[in-house]
Amino acid sequence: MGIEVMEDIRKDYVYDLIESGKRVDGRGFRDYREISVERDIIIKAEGSALVRLGDTSVLVGVKLDIGEPFSDTPNKGVLMTNTELRPGASPDFETGPPNENSVELARVVDRGIRGSEAIDLEKLCIEEGEKVWMTFIDIHALDNDGNLMDAAALGAIASLLNTRIPNERYGLTGEDTLSIRDTPVAVTMVKIGENILVDPNLHEENAATSRLTVISNADGTVSGMQKSGREGLKEEEIVEMVEIGIEKAGEIREKYLGDK
Amino acid sequence: MKEEGIELIKDGKRLDGRGFEELRPMKIEVGVLKRADGSCYFEMGNNKALAAVYGPREMHPRHLQNAKTAVVNYRYNMAPFSVDERKRPGPDRRSVEISKVSREAIEPVILKEHYPKTAIDIYVELLQSDAGTRTAGINAASVALADAGIPMRDLVSSVAVGKIEGEVVLDLNAAEDNHGDADMPLAMVTRTGTITMLQMDGRLTKDEFERGLKLATNACREIYELQRTALIEKYSESIGGGEE
Repeated sequence: MGIEVMEDIRKDYVYDLIESGKRVDGRGFRDYREISVERDIIIKAEGSALVRLGDTSVLVGVKLDIGEPFSDTPNKGVLMTNTELRPGASPDFETGPPNENSVELARVVDRGIRGSEAIDLEKLCIEEGEKVWMTFIDIHALDNDGNLMDAAALGAIASLLNTRIPNERYGLTGEDTLSIRDTPVAVTMVKIGENILVDPNLHEENAATSRLTVISNADGTVSGMQKSGREGLKEEEIVEMVEIGIEKAGEIREKYLGDK
Repeated sequence: MKEEGIELIKDGKRLDGRGFEELRPMKIEVGVLKRADGSCYFEMGNNKALAAVYGPREMHPRHLQNAKTAVVNYRYNMAPFSVDERKRPGPDRRSVEISKVSREAIEPVILKEHYPKTAIDIYVELLQSDAGTRTAGINAASVALADAGIPMRDLVSSVAVGKIEGEVVLDLNAAEDNHGDADMPLAMVTRTGTITMLQMDGRLTKDEFERGLKLATNACREIYELQRTALIEKYSESIGGGEE
């Protein structure tokens, strides 16, 4: 109960500050926190990236394994995305089966990659109908200070860009790098009062009435969207947020995924 | 999601004969269940959705009660026989996510603050599925809530738009969803024009997105009228005893 009261007071503080044009951490409404992307830090994984968004940190690992294709796509590899909101990452996270927030996080990241067709799944077919590469993207939240979504999505694509196909382990020959055709980037925005802010920190996330994630690609097309939160958004707000999302994604792509 | 070799548009018409901006036929029945406090059966093309609402009733377990407002629970569930390949019963990741976004689509219109410490439970069963199931479910749930007499700011209406063969079209059916290029389900509160659910997958340009958004919001207004009419018909019958 004590924590709830504190959280309510903090919401008012965040709200009042934003109404006067400021954010708790001094950023502008369209500014991201400091971003860092470190790739290939887990040598046991086929691809990995540690993404920091301010104090939020997410570790993404990609593993490849051989399995059977789905019967309706016999010539395509399989992509699976999972999230673990580990209890060490926040006092609000609990052990046990994934809750709706972690399922949502994984599914939105997955949709962004799938929608952009970033991975050429047909190239992951080893033997049609029999053997394909299964690509597992595992999102491991290490520290949640808000906006896990963008950190996870950036970590996923950054890892994929560096993913090696472990042919040797399975006695196979073939291409050793995963073929990545696009770089979907997620940009999450929240609405507080009448204001739209990008990259909400945890306090802003709690004070926000709604949230929209826009995932866009190198050519400016959109390959995923997800609205959440307890209130709605106006049509013109959504149109504006999509514009901001595409613009911000371009900046992030250039800076952090540039060497693709 | 793109699949070659299937023609989805012929002579400017879709496979089921619809135009690009045409909804599937809909059927709404209010108060179809005896035990539930409110219910609705909603057909949208080949989708058959059944919503049951219970509450406001005591919230269990009690530690999940909210001292200020009612807690809204929403369970979206697909019957195992509702799809071509049998669906394993029980919640999966997809249904967990759909339940979450559907709850968030509906919650903003419920006057939850009138019923502190209670639960309002919404159960949506998809008896037959043909793409756009979450939108059919939300349409049904919204009417069922009204049927339960729960105070609401407005009804919520929902539909998906998508892209097939380069065209932005309304209310995808399963063939179009499986072989199309994008799908964007949306829910709206008509009175205020507020969008309470928005999801998208596939690939759309900004222009296509904006066109889709317009198409979907207009269609929601159409669905809204059908929902209203169904409720008015049901209640003018039971109150007036057929004065017409």
